Amino acid sequence: MKNFFLALTIYFISLNSLYALIEVDITRGNLDPLPIAVSPLHVDIKSDEQEGIKVKELGNNISSIIERNFKNTGLFNPLKKEAFVQKPDIAHLKPRFEDWRLIKAQALVTGKLLVKEGKLKVEFRLWDLTAAKEMTALAFTTTPSNWRRVAHIISDKIYERLTGEEGYFDTRIIYVSETGPKSQRVKKLAIMDQDGANTKYLTLGNELVLTPRFNPTNQMVTYLSYFRNMPRVYLLDIETGMQEVVGNFPGMTFAPRFSPDGRKIIMSFAEDGNSDIYTMDLETRVVERITNHSSIDTSPSFSPDGKYIAFNSDRSGLQQLYVMRSDGSNVKRITFGKGIYGTPVWSPRGDLIAFTKMRKGRFYIGVMRTDGSGERLLTENYYQEAPSWSPNGRVLVFYRETKAGSKGEGFSATLWSIDITGYNERKLSTKTDASDPSWSSLLSK
Amino acid sequence: MTFNRNLKNIFLVVFTTLILSACSTAKKSGDMEGDVYTGKETVKYLAKGVPDRVFFATNKSSLTTASRATLRKQATYLRKNKKLNVTIEGHADERGTREYNLALGERRANAARDYLMTYGISGKRISVISYGKEKPVNPASSTLAWSQNRRSVTVKVN
Repeated sequence: MKNFFLALTIYFISLNSLYALIEVDITRGNLDPLPIAVSPLHVDIKSDEQEGIKVKELGNNISSIIERNFKNTGLFNPLKKEAFVQKPDIAHLKPRFEDWRLIKAQALVTGKLLVKEGKLKVEFRLWDLTAAKEMTALAFTTTPSNWRRVAHIISDKIYERLTGEEGYFDTRIIYVSETGPKSQRVKKLAIMDQDGANTKYLTLGNELVLTPRFNPTNQMVTYLSYFRNMPRVYLLDIETGMQEVVGNFPGMTFAPRFSPDGRKIIMSFAEDGNSDIYTMDLETRVVERITNHSSIDTSPSFSPDGKYIAFNSDRSGLQQLYVMRSDGSNVKRITFGKGIYGTPVWSPRGDLIAFTKMRKGRFYIGVMRTDGSGERLLTENYYQEAPSWSPNGRVLVFYRETKAGSKGEGFSATLWSIDITGYNERKLSTKTDASDPSWSSLLSK
Repeated sequence: MTFNRNLKNIFLVVFTTLILSACSTAKKSGDMEGDVYTGKETVKYLAKGVPDRVFFATNKSSLTTASRATLRKQATYLRKNKKLNVTIEGHADERGTREYNLALGERRANAARDYLMTYGISGKRISVISYGKEKPVNPASSTLAWSQNRRSVTVKVN
């Protein structure tokens, strides 16, 4: 399974980081997306045939993925290719800036590729059409089967150059695939590329599985499995398929997440009707009890510096959000608004906590500052919960369920994403019904 | 011990009478009292006259008068069948976050277990498992279905 991680040789052709006139402001909802032209990558005629890959169409296919990535951000408006005025190979050498400006493009992506001796060589350039300058350029070599990842990596580089922030396209989403009638759902762990491609199932559906979460430092996953009808937190290596139960608890463990350094799992352990929060060090196997309260304490999530933990407790009577130091001291309630709150998740940037809010029979996904101030509800629906952050802290993915009829008909579970600005709400395409999404870190980091 | 248990029973009877009178003003509609299910539609039986499940109010794990009566019947049945072990499955409705509902199901199952234990059933004979909102008995999205799904179910193991 080594081919998940491609051996990338990246070298910079040039980097004119100064004097760029265009930039994309992603801190506000973007009502005026940047017009960008993504030229098909020119396929070198010296390219070899490659089994299983349509080499001649590779240039078009890569540019289509880049376009779709950009369109999905809501920040860019990829222009129609029919209007393009220059051939890909010529534009890649030096675009006629005034011609591209005529079709109202402000940025242009060009590139070329060569498939030779079992290797795919790709280079691309990003042009600032207003300033008539090359903004960035990059070339790399990989195996041809990695061509979709090439498209995502190019998308990340361009996004970074234009927004000043890390991209999130070369990432994956792990989730729970759901099939069958509502009262007898078959649930499997599934993983797909961020854009819905390359779906793989990681469990067979023999036992109930819930709440998979990525390790932020690698591609390990922790999740809840009802294997042998004993609900326990498991650790799964998605490279090898190896799985193991986490710790030796005499009852249900659930709601697992990794610490930001990836070394610990934080979770709830339920015993005699009471759920408290524990951590387990994956190397030393040392278990620490973090909360000790007769209420339900669950859904713990570390701050990215590892110093604090946000969690969900009903110690006030109903579900509210709390923050404490990572040793369990200094517990502070942070939600006092009308309604009840669950699933706090600390942003990878550290500035916000995403949550689910329930009020008057409606469900909201929102964000607030880590002291509970500045609550902003991003989306309202019949049922939705469990936000997970994109690695750059700009987008949330969550799941939504529909209201079912008297026999359970009309029920569906789907994945959605929304910018933390509240704009660009979007349904993700999955092969089956889906819930409990978790976004990976960048694969090529 | 026997005296103590009897005393406890008397106390419980007095207590439940008080609750009954307090609840007599609560609204009753069809098979629900407040939002606790009181009907028989989904109920199965461990033996004749011994219902297998009790129902809960939204976000609550406290036992109602009717639930206590059901559990006392289960305790009597378990006392007569000394070799029988059971699992109590705790469930929640679909109108809560998944993780909280897992904890809530566990709390409900243990509320039932604790009550059986006060009636002399050894904790060793009763295991618990929470399914949260994962196994609705009624798949509809209605207040009636949710009330039927907020339950703990006693299941024979052997």
